[in-house]
Amino acid sequence: MVKRAELSRDELFAVLETVMDPEVPVLSVVDLGIVRDAESSDAGVVVTITPTYSGCPAMREIEQNIRSAFEEQGIGPVDVRTVYSPAWTTDWISASGREKLEAYGIAPPGRAEHDTLITLRRRADLLRCPYCKSLNTVEKSHFGSTACKSIWVCNACRQPFEHFKAI
Amino acid sequence: MTPPAFFEYLLRLGDDRLVVGHRLSEWCGHGPILEEDIALTNIALDLIGEATLFLKLAGEVEGKGRSEDTLAYFRDGIDFRNALLLELPKGDFGFTILRQFFFSVYSLLQMDALTRSSNRDLAGIAAKAVKESRYHVRHCAEWVVTLGDGTEESHARVQGAVDDLWRYTGELFIADDIDRDVTSAGLGVDPSTLSDRWHAEVSRVLEDATLTIPKTGYMQRGGREGKHTEHLGHLLSEMQIVARSHPGASW
Repeated sequence: MVKRAELSRDELFAVLETVMDPEVPVLSVVDLGIVRDAESSDAGVVVTITPTYSGCPAMREIEQNIRSAFEEQGIGPVDVRTVYSPAWTTDWISASGREKLEAYGIAPPGRAEHDTLITLRRRADLLRCPYCKSLNTVEKSHFGSTACKSIWVCNACRQPFEHFKAI
Repeated sequence: MTPPAFFEYLLRLGDDRLVVGHRLSEWCGHGPILEEDIALTNIALDLIGEATLFLKLAGEVEGKGRSEDTLAYFRDGIDFRNALLLELPKGDFGFTILRQFFFSVYSLLQMDALTRSSNRDLAGIAAKAVKESRYHVRHCAEWVVTLGDGTEESHARVQGAVDDLWRYTGELFIADDIDRDVTSAGLGVDPSTLSDRWHAEVSRVLEDATLTIPKTGYMQRGGREGKHTEHLGHLLSEMQIVARSHPGASW
């Protein structure tokens, strides 16, 4: 394997931009905000990531995909490290990531809750239908096809859609 | 502070979530409606994910080379440290929701306190678990009110669940030497300090749900010391059989 020492942070992030989330394939791991750091030296590349949810089954695949993305370009070895603190929040999803989500049919998250510890009622935030842009939408289930999403239905165009939960 | 105390403490955190996560996973394909099937298994996924992180950290703290999988699949019942509440069979949907509500409120308060742990890994895992637990609490609380303040049948069933489960809630708040050790070292939280807030939050929702808390009587305990109900062994035999039949297997 060819080692390319001292790649800049921008160059490393350009490679990471090509690694897509396996469950939301329009978002890169950088858009998703799970890449906390990337640096290179003579010894190779170290990428630091943080998981989205504790039990997210995609994390191992993401680690492997990050390694392969560098290795395909002859860059290595790659060490992918996981940190838990600070905990990931959907506030770290980039502005372009939010646009890509909506274009893909997933309503992007609003601002994460940081205030009260226990809230027993759902928040009354309006959510825009990613298809017809109506605000006349209703949550069908807090939980969806993956840990990070909930299920909604648009009353205007009758289209069910997913929402990236704000956490 | 002796390392074994912190190891034991992490086992309690991990085992609580592993065992109740497994109970929730038993609903997969059996939920009353599709959305609820998905919800219960999503919550199970979060809890088993949290358990993985706690048991991994426990293995590192112990320093004997035991991984999270070794701790989950190669310990016998007597070595499990979960509270008894969490190993009881899943019962009907109302029973599962009530148990999950009781545990999720407890877990949210506990994890919130643990975000201030002096152990950085533990604090980070807890911060993530707080976000997940918030969803669990809200989801369960809505169901508790829907079922409690619902039909005669649903009310009777969840009132029965409250009556059956209440005697297992006391164990969650008992502090022993291990809790006191990790608390004075700034690593853990004394569970007895969570009791008042838990009772206030739980009472508020049960009242909304027109449910009555039984007059406090005898409280069951023993899980933290490895004295379990007969149900844990059955749960473990199902959970552990593949790993024990094919040790070291991978795919």
